[in-house]
Amino acid sequence: MPFESASLIAVLPELVLLITACVVLIADLYLRDDQRGLNHTLTILGLGAALGAIGLVSEPGATLAFSASFVRDPLSDVLKGVILVVNLLLFVYSREYMRERKLWVGEYHALILFATLGMLIMVSANSFLTLYLGLELLALCLYALVAFDRESTVGAEAAMKYFVLGALGSGLLLYGISMLYGASGGFGFAEVAEQVIADGMSNKVLTLGMVFVLIGVAFKFGAVPFHTWMPDVYQGAPTPIVLLISSAPKVAAFAMAVRILIQALGGLQPDWGQILIILAVLSMALGNVVAVAQTNIKRMLAYSTIAHVGFIFLGLLAGTQEGYAAAMFYTIIYALMSAGAFGVLAMLSTQGADVQELTDIKGLNDRDSWLAAMMALMMFSMAGVPPAVGFIAKLLVLDAVVSIGLTWLAVVAVAFSIIGAFYYLRVVKMIYFDQPTTELPLAISGDARVAISINGMAILLLGFFPATLLSLCENVFY
Amino acid sequence: MIEFPWLTLTIWLPILGGVAVIVSGDKTAELTKWLALIVAVLTFLVSLPLWLNFNPHGGIQFIERTPWIPSFNVYYYLGVDGISMPLIILTTFITMFVVIAGWEVITYKPSHYMAAFLIMEGIMVGVFSALDAILFYVFWEAMLIPMFIIIGIWGGPNRVYATIKFFLYTFFGSVFMLVALIYMYFQAGSFSILDFQQLPLGMTAQVLIFIAFLLAFAVKVPMFPVHTWLPDAHVEAPTGGSVILAAIMLKIGGYGFLRFSLPITPDASASLDGLIIALSLIAIVYIGFVALVQKDMKKLIAYSSIAHMGFVTLGFFIIFAIFRRPEVTSGAVMALEGGMVQMISHGFISGALFLCVGVLYDRVHSREIADYGGVIHVMPWFGAFVVFFAMANAGLPGTSGFVGELMVILAAFRADFWYAFLAATTLILAAAFTLWMVKRVIFGEIGNDKVAKLQDINRREMLNLGVLAAAVLAIGIWPKPLVDVMEPTLQHLVEQIQVSKIPGVAAEIAQSLK
Repeated sequence: MPFESASLIAVLPELVLLITACVVLIADLYLRDDQRGLNHTLTILGLGAALGAIGLVSEPGATLAFSASFVRDPLSDVLKGVILVVNLLLFVYSREYMRERKLWVGEYHALILFATLGMLIMVSANSFLTLYLGLELLALCLYALVAFDRESTVGAEAAMKYFVLGALGSGLLLYGISMLYGASGGFGFAEVAEQVIADGMSNKVLTLGMVFVLIGVAFKFGAVPFHTWMPDVYQGAPTPIVLLISSAPKVAAFAMAVRILIQALGGLQPDWGQILIILAVLSMALGNVVAVAQTNIKRMLAYSTIAHVGFIFLGLLAGTQEGYAAAMFYTIIYALMSAGAFGVLAMLSTQGADVQELTDIKGLNDRDSWLAAMMALMMFSMAGVPPAVGFIAKLLVLDAVVSIGLTWLAVVAVAFSIIGAFYYLRVVKMIYFDQPTTELPLAISGDARVAISINGMAILLLGFFPATLLSLCENVFY
Repeated sequence: MIEFPWLTLTIWLPILGGVAVIVSGDKTAELTKWLALIVAVLTFLVSLPLWLNFNPHGGIQFIERTPWIPSFNVYYYLGVDGISMPLIILTTFITMFVVIAGWEVITYKPSHYMAAFLIMEGIMVGVFSALDAILFYVFWEAMLIPMFIIIGIWGGPNRVYATIKFFLYTFFGSVFMLVALIYMYFQAGSFSILDFQQLPLGMTAQVLIFIAFLLAFAVKVPMFPVHTWLPDAHVEAPTGGSVILAAIMLKIGGYGFLRFSLPITPDASASLDGLIIALSLIAIVYIGFVALVQKDMKKLIAYSSIAHMGFVTLGFFIIFAIFRRPEVTSGAVMALEGGMVQMISHGFISGALFLCVGVLYDRVHSREIADYGGVIHVMPWFGAFVVFFAMANAGLPGTSGFVGELMVILAAFRADFWYAFLAATTLILAAAFTLWMVKRVIFGEIGNDKVAKLQDINRREMLNLGVLAAAVLAIGIWPKPLVDVMEPTLQHLVEQIQVSKIPGVAAEIAQSLK
């Protein structure tokens, strides 16, 4: 395979990230403890530069690179942008949290940068092999990050569970990939797609491979019944890491679903559409119902994530361009909401406090009414109450489902979202109607405050003006 | 020529004003309150052109239409007709008094309190003027957030239970409506409510859509048996919250029936009208008795609201019984008008009654009827107002309460004698529960020391109650301007409802005429 130097242009954002990660790793060796701020600055600059690089290489249409194992197209541009923005927010939100716990070290930045690199590769994968590489790079970094606090036994337990189940998920995915390879003779999505068109559903190996690959996708999303790792990981991991796991990787998982299900296995849509219906209904049901019973807010948000994944699947299973665009819109919005919600939790977990239980956020309105308003906005948005953009996202997904005649599925979805409204409201109730349990003053750095404000205003303003982002999502699929 | 966007202004002025009030903060509380009042008065003033320039025969007017989500054909589409315009004026009118009523009473974060009501006002105007289903739904749901917070923060001891119950009940009712709206979008190709009204629909679809609407609107009105959130919410809400709930939010349910249920699913409405009439009559009679035994003044007025709103839904749905009697040629329009007048009038009366209870609560901090007695000896002005509003609530001729009830009862006679008979019991029941409360609270011996020390109402309260009393009298004595505004719209609505929307039926009728 000859090396094409032109390919390097297409992977410019990835290259920037890779270089940043290496620089941070090396620079950290020479830094004294009071100079660790440089890591942070370098990371922020690197992420910013990668964002710029995306803008630089972006153009209409797709660019293939490295013998068509890598693709840069509008889908990858948009999703990569979202991943980078969310991770930028993450670094700003998490600084105080990590610094206070003496975890604000170079490895933290480097691991997240490598995880981000893995996500970008997943998003741009054009063959199963590239996809798998990106996925494993992401997953290995996340396993380490979950156990990042060495002192924490729950963290270690969570990481162990995550690793074992994650390895199982990857194994199933690989097994499926091997079947698809066996049936089509190639790793590229295009080759598999050709075989699917030629054989259709008559090729049982292809269909079986599709099922296993789909399980891999469902595992990464955390859809029921492949969700069991999520609550424990959310509860055990440090809050900023939960922020990381719950937001950007979902965007990457969405890209993975689009690449595999639509681009490679689009011909089997009637098959996987049926499976997604089951996964979606189970996820919405279990996620929403079990979340009500949680007392730990991170665990509650884990179940809420599961419920949201059900909604994302609703858009995907429609099998129409509107449906895909709706699912993409939903995923992006979900990543923003989740980043905001966990960002607030991370900001509150400073000055010796550690927000774990729902009761820990009681009376937030009396302590800091702006932060309270932002958190309430995230909750209303997750519950799907207008004018927050969460409503628009739900509307688009429901639209997609009704358009293919599955009105009953839309009814099921809204019925479960009523249950969902209850536990989101409970958070708002704690924030606004209860007395604070602690007199600890909140010390929130200026940049974190600015970041959460931007995040919150984005949720509100996108609700008022969703057209731009929506047309961005639609252009990807038309 | 682009018309001046009065509706947009009426919606967004209070919302942005509310944001400004929050920003101005509580450190300069006095200034903040004045700012809130100025915004409320300005909003009322900019809503007045809607009334003054309104042409009763002009159909939908003050139309504004801009694409909002182009790929889904969602428009920022506003406009008013004879049904929505009076309700918008009612909203902007009542909100001014809510702001004044909270002037000295609210001490905890007054700026947030005032802002919540202003934002609420804008959203409610939005609900009444939206002609795009999604825009309507956005306003409809957004309304829950400020109310949730108003009850939850400034409410009574059991406020958290009440406010979560309120939110979940209404949320439950409305999400199914959303599915119905999306379903119709794929039938009609647009989210315009006017297109929905023209959309042919089969009977099964109509019945399902009707039920989805019924869930949404019945919870809001509220109709028996989904009314149980209302007494809780009213009792726990601060005075201003109760006023807005009773005077305007309940009307949104009634408005929904007129705007959605009747014109979009006329055949389903015609076949299921018995259900609604039965529920309305249960509300009138049974809830009337329930009101009789209440010990808490706010609860009593809340139940009285449910009974009076039963009149509204009765008026809206007896029209089908009138259509079914070929010998009766008129009365349908009167029934709808009666319902509408009842809604407006109830807005003034119940708002005023809740303000009256608020006056007492602010002084004594009790809503129990048993804690009062002989208030008129120490508060003569206040006593006079209470007696007046109580009479209006009982439907005394000369007050606005009488006009709506009379019209509905007259129309009910054309439908069925027994409907009218049961509906008319309200005149007795309402008189019983309201006047008995007045007797126990206002008249008699001075109940206790706390009552003996009461001060009569101040100028601020006098202004509030005085203006509302004038409005009640004005509509009661001369309802013609109000009725004239609504009549052509309702006339048109009646004609629209009588045409079947089931595909094929219209063609069949045309065939048989040949």
